[in-house]
Amino acid sequence: MITRTGLRLAALAVGVAAVSLTAVAADYAASSPAPATREPVAVRLNGTQYRQIIADVFGPTIEIGGRFEPGLRKDGLLAVGSGLVTVTTTGLGEYDKMARSIAAQVTTEPQRSALIPCTPKDAKKADAACAKEFLGEVGKLLYRRPLSREELKAQIDVAGESAATNKDFYAGLGTSLWTMLISPEFLFRQEFAEADPANKGAYRLDSYSRAARLSFFLWNAAPDPELLAAAEKGELNKPEGLQRQVDRMVASPRLEGGVRAYFTDMLGYDKFEGLAKDVVIFPKFNFKVAAEAEEQTLRTIADHLVTQRADYRALFTTPKTFISPMLASIYSVPVDPDGGWQPFEFPKGDPRTGILAHISFTALHSHPGRSSPTLRGKALRELLLCQKVPDPPGNVDFTLIEDAENPKFKTARERLKAHASEAMCAGCHKIMDPIGLALEHFDSSGGYRTSEHGASIDTTGELDGQKFADAADLGRVVSNHPAAPSCLVTRMYSYGVGRAVERSEREMVAELQKSFAAEGYRVPDLMRHIALSDQFYRVAKPSADKPVDDKLKSKTEASAQPATSVAARE
Amino acid sequence: MIYMRPMHRRSVLRGMMGGAAISVGLPILDCFLNTNGTAFAATGQALPVRFGTWFWGCGLNPGRWEPDKVGADYDIKPEMAPVAGFKNKLNVYSGLKTFLDGKAVGVHFSGVMACTTGTVPNGMMPSKASIDSLVADVIGTRSRFRSIEVACAGIPSHSQSRRSATAMNPAEVSPAKLYTRIFGPEFTDPNAAVFKPDPAVMVRKSALSVVSEKRQDLMKKIGAADRQRLDEYFTSVRELEQQLALQLEKPAPIESCSVPGAVADSAVGNEIAMVRENNRLFSTLLAHAVACDQTRVVNVAFADATSSLRHKGGTQSHHEHTHEEPIDVKLGYQPELAVFNTEIMEGFNEFLTAMDGIKEGDSTLLDRSIIFASTDHGYAKLHGLENMPLFTAGSGGGRMKTGIHVAAKGQPVTRVGLTAQQAMGVPVSSWGTESNETSRTITEVMA
Repeated sequence: MITRTGLRLAALAVGVAAVSLTAVAADYAASSPAPATREPVAVRLNGTQYRQIIADVFGPTIEIGGRFEPGLRKDGLLAVGSGLVTVTTTGLGEYDKMARSIAAQVTTEPQRSALIPCTPKDAKKADAACAKEFLGEVGKLLYRRPLSREELKAQIDVAGESAATNKDFYAGLGTSLWTMLISPEFLFRQEFAEADPANKGAYRLDSYSRAARLSFFLWNAAPDPELLAAAEKGELNKPEGLQRQVDRMVASPRLEGGVRAYFTDMLGYDKFEGLAKDVVIFPKFNFKVAAEAEEQTLRTIADHLVTQRADYRALFTTPKTFISPMLASIYSVPVDPDGGWQPFEFPKGDPRTGILAHISFTALHSHPGRSSPTLRGKALRELLLCQKVPDPPGNVDFTLIEDAENPKFKTARERLKAHASEAMCAGCHKIMDPIGLALEHFDSSGGYRTSEHGASIDTTGELDGQKFADAADLGRVVSNHPAAPSCLVTRMYSYGVGRAVERSEREMVAELQKSFAAEGYRVPDLMRHIALSDQFYRVAKPSADKPVDDKLKSKTEASAQPATSVAARE
Repeated sequence: MIYMRPMHRRSVLRGMMGGAAISVGLPILDCFLNTNGTAFAATGQALPVRFGTWFWGCGLNPGRWEPDKVGADYDIKPEMAPVAGFKNKLNVYSGLKTFLDGKAVGVHFSGVMACTTGTVPNGMMPSKASIDSLVADVIGTRSRFRSIEVACAGIPSHSQSRRSATAMNPAEVSPAKLYTRIFGPEFTDPNAAVFKPDPAVMVRKSALSVVSEKRQDLMKKIGAADRQRLDEYFTSVRELEQQLALQLEKPAPIESCSVPGAVADSAVGNEIAMVRENNRLFSTLLAHAVACDQTRVVNVAFADATSSLRHKGGTQSHHEHTHEEPIDVKLGYQPELAVFNTEIMEGFNEFLTAMDGIKEGDSTLLDRSIIFASTDHGYAKLHGLENMPLFTAGSGGGRMKTGIHVAAKGQPVTRVGLTAQQAMGVPVSSWGTESNETSRTITEVMA
């Protein structure tokens, strides 16, 4: 026992990932399912989740100014990096501003009657009972669990002090709400573990942590009151109770929010923030086009996967999409100029089939002034096939890949020949450039062209042994590539649990891949399988869970006042 | 879907938190450090020292920036021409290199890490706090902002300032927002005739303890890896508390402090003209923020490593030029690239000009600062990590000699960082790891 703890702590000092395979695997080898080897973690909310929670709790009219701290991409996902980042001083400064603004809006005259469930006896004074009602309810939604008696009392006290100073009950509520909105319990989704009674020595997420993991995975939102109620009753620990909630959530229209959030992460759409094209070369492209290009693909994905419940692989071949008038000008297709977003189907034979031919892909993976077969090939490999392309070596002379203005080389294919002829470059570039060249009919802004500098563009090539003629054909090859669906399964599981898939889980992920194929590559079904699996909620024994802490905990609980003065009156 | 909806009104309970009063303990702020500098004329208090970083990507053209002459009164090479006016306040360090110790080169990354954190990590994730954070720990704890980061090309994550491996200090990208953050409603003018503490700030400061007091309990419940992260969060909370405390304290008058006019946002993007305009706006704001003692540490990211700067109408970025532009046989260098490099150094000149433009007694803000300027590569064309250009400007109130060219071929880049840290009073005797570790300061510039 002592040895094990020693090992675990030593491993932790090296890094979280290292903990896993050495110390814990040996311990739990006998138990089934496979042991998860990471302890519970604090996951920082991202901007989308923050906005979603505020909209869910207080309504969509609440405005949220401010900027969120940049995420950290790890193992291909920001969702994994969310378990590694913290809140910097600048970041807290932004949260502070947002929280003050939200608190002010919630407690203003028109909003308060809708959002505050009681009225104080005297609006110029503190009112602990009404504060308790509001703060208890809001607190539960923001912290994703009920507040402890002590926590609630502290929040009521804050409201009371502020109300007394300001001579305003609502100002008091606002101050207290502000502190909750900048609290670690809100900004971080802190997971907690409990011993698993069914598997001796194994640990699983506790009820509320399960609810949160489930909800952020399926809806990209905090648990709703119904899910919280199920967690409170312990239903999520029982197969039928869990299934009831998962089925409800998968059937809900809110699943679309979860699917969008997943693909936003997987496809690296955080890069849209800085996407700009040269205004002289691509006058039609601006930040609004970029935003709509992102939305186009997300709409297509949501409709295809959730509404139509269609085969994931067909995303790479479908001619169906949605187009806005602004995008239509780049796609050069006719749409109703006043019609907003419209369903659109590219005619048969059009090269624009599948999401690889969308502006979102071709423009995002290009340079500001010209296309980049290398960047596009790399993105396809890394984002959609989960293959890692090595970084370029140091001390390489790139002059061979002459500049675009050089009249000798008219097309990208000619310029990139050097990649293939230089041994040092060829190893990696041959796995990127040829597939990227298939998309050369689309310029850096996503516009269609058949020639570059007067020379006609050759889009033929092959991907892992499968030949293609052009972009549409590349889509077909990708949709038949076995790595496409298996990559999705691995990434999606990793996204849900917030860490890379561990060695001990490979078999289980392979099973998920099999069922994904057997059931027609339907993503909502895949999400349901993941959410229902035991492994999804499994965690390593938390390092905080040491005997000394247990004693401290029970001591704290024992010495805590059984009831606050407010509650006593109740 | 709104979860909070009007509910049946329960019977309102009697009893209130009667008589709750707020008592705010105002700390006696020892705003000023034990420097050797001169003092505020008005109060006799010592003037603080300041630190800044200025980052650009893709280095400079080898042979076109390093002076021939070593030591004082060095000669100015073409790409240094824009900062020639600061020759007497600027140190040039040539020949320094980043050691990889057998690790794969992280292109446009390893060199940044060596210069700013002293360590080349394995892989593409930073592993240490950056130099400005280490300096801010010493000189930045008593000002309203511990440090201020800006990025001139519109992307907050261009910031090279890191409090720890995973905590990047995100940069402000909007001059208008930065203006509001510094000189908006929460700014207390040190020279205002009347000082009246804002009761709302008092309330917030008192209420904030409900957050900071969670620390102890939470730390007991969470895993080892999370403890450090949450500790960083609570450090941020403490700094917010400190900011609020400062807002309640009457500041000492500062002769050199003046509030600049409000700033409107200018176009944002990676076109170098836009970047330079934002650099200029930010530089003015930062200089005023420093003069008014709102912060003592500023960090400017002129561009990203892998410099994505470009010219309007150009198909290639600065970065692409470094690799793909042929060397002009007659000139012996990449001419288009030289244009970019010159414009970048003009940006540096604008930053130095803003800092030097504010007088503090008989010297300037720049004189009382040390500005540390670094990049990602020596010869970006080859992703070279040798002969990396590094500069320091200002003497930090006489703590460093200036106007010197130091040639230190084959020495680790960390020597400059160590020297700057020691000059700023950081108690550090050696800095960096593996072959980039050094305990040798650059004695030629130590005062």
